[in-house]
Amino acid sequence: MTELVNFLSNNLDMVYIVILMVFVGVEIIGHVPAVLHTPLMSGANAIHGVIIIGAILVMLGADPENILALSLGFVAVILGTLNVVGGFVVTDRMLEMFKKKKK
Amino acid sequence: MKYIFSLEFIYLISSITYILGLKLLGHPETAKRGNLIAAGGMTIAIFGTIFLYQGEVPLFIYGLISIAIILGSVVGWLIAKKVSMTKMPELVSIFNGMGGASAALIGLIEFHHYSGQTLSTFTILGGLIIGSVSFSGSMIAWAKLNGTIKYPIRLPKYNLLNNLIFLALLILAFFIIWSGSDSQLYLYILFFGALLYGVLFVLPIGGADMPVVISLLNSFTGLAAALGGFLYGNMVMLTGGILVGSAGTILTFAMCKAMNRSLVNVIFGSFGETDSESEQGKSDTIQGDIKKTTVSDVAILMNYSQKIIIVPGYGLAVAQAQHAIHELEQLLISKGIDVKYAIHPVAGRMPGHMNVLLAETNVEYDKLAEMDDVNPEFKNTDVVFVVGANDVVNPAAHNDKSSPIYGMPILDVESAKQIIVNKRSMKPGYAGIENELFYNPRTSMLFGDAKSVIQSLITELKGM
Repeated sequence: MTELVNFLSNNLDMVYIVILMVFVGVEIIGHVPAVLHTPLMSGANAIHGVIIIGAILVMLGADPENILALSLGFVAVILGTLNVVGGFVVTDRMLEMFKKKKK
Repeated sequence: MKYIFSLEFIYLISSITYILGLKLLGHPETAKRGNLIAAGGMTIAIFGTIFLYQGEVPLFIYGLISIAIILGSVVGWLIAKKVSMTKMPELVSIFNGMGGASAALIGLIEFHHYSGQTLSTFTILGGLIIGSVSFSGSMIAWAKLNGTIKYPIRLPKYNLLNNLIFLALLILAFFIIWSGSDSQLYLYILFFGALLYGVLFVLPIGGADMPVVISLLNSFTGLAAALGGFLYGNMVMLTGGILVGSAGTILTFAMCKAMNRSLVNVIFGSFGETDSESEQGKSDTIQGDIKKTTVSDVAILMNYSQKIIIVPGYGLAVAQAQHAIHELEQLLISKGIDVKYAIHPVAGRMPGHMNVLLAETNVEYDKLAEMDDVNPEFKNTDVVFVVGANDVVNPAAHNDKSSPIYGMPILDVESAKQIIVNKRSMKPGYAGIENELFYNPRTSMLFGDAKSVIQSLITELKGM
């Protein structure tokens, strides 16, 4: 319990960010027309590809001798990149259609 | 000035682009720009992390990271560009699974570095479990959307079974955290247990509910990324992850609302309650004959109608008939007929699927009527033309308590004067159930590929 309290007081800025971001996320989605649900889901999908930062950090911090950690990290970076690149490109392709609508 | 080039500052900019990007994605005119802005923010975050890392890193590790990123980019780009528009929902599911798998792998690697530290272990195991569930769940969702897995598969007492597995995972995770154990065996049991749970979690959920599941798994992966942010004290992972987690959750509820169901109902609900026996009994209960019709009959019928409502579904997307249907609509309008599209919120494979498809052909927005607005209009409608839709017009949702889709709001096409259903065959729809609408005396079936049928309709109508 003391560890938790310590953690919270040491990382108060993170706690603030979490709380504020939850509200930001809720507000942003609030009044989106149903038409855009699919592209929005796809866009959000690309953004959680930010997990790739974690995968890169794993690789950068890995012990150069540890083959297992390096190969798992390697795969993790590939998967993260797939998520980011694929996610944004697919979203862009979906939205291509809306652009045409503008006369 | 130095601060401008610091990693913290780059992460700040990057976080702002995610918020801005998601915001802009919410409006048709700005959506494309929003997506690009978020992608730009992601790019600077990735390069910033690599080039501004504090610490000695051997050159070959940089090499490995570059190879991985290039490989992932090329493959991701090719997949995203090559796959046809109808397969988009599957793609979202796959890419979501990749992110989940990445989170799970990070957990596997980092576990022993932090053993004994309660909170770090908590975030690592949290990320591992959520990432694994998201990965295996997304793969099942993909297989279902793809048609590889055709029908909901239900193990006996699956709700109980799933909850027990979930409980066991939680207990094991908390045991590891409390005991400070660094056992790799426990870790891998947890990993494979979570993968199994993801599979069992999605398997029993019916095809029609898959969009909700993908949206839910999407917010799961966001949460896993946020836990990674906590672990490394990395702000951009934290903001991006939490943002997607909360936005994804709201989006999930919005989709559930569109189907007038609760999330609990989707996950544990009526799709599970019909056991296989009563369902088999049910498929025999529909009696009567279907009535077939021909293109020229339908053309005559449409020519002398005053009001026609088109109900598009997944079949329209498969046949790539969106341009043909738009041409038909224009032709009918030029004959002075009132034509509209009735868009069920979950028609197709994802919410908004039909809107996206029809937007491609420049169908005017005000021709696309939403379910609640259009339902009262059906009784004054001469002809309802159902193209490749099935479950969203199945009256069993109103009448048959034993039906898996009971309670789902549908388009009340039954009240129209004439119903023309275009399908390729009598095969049941996505939920894998029969549709008594086809046996309705006012329904005529027009079999064939949507595109060629619509094109011959246009030719017939032009000659009248």
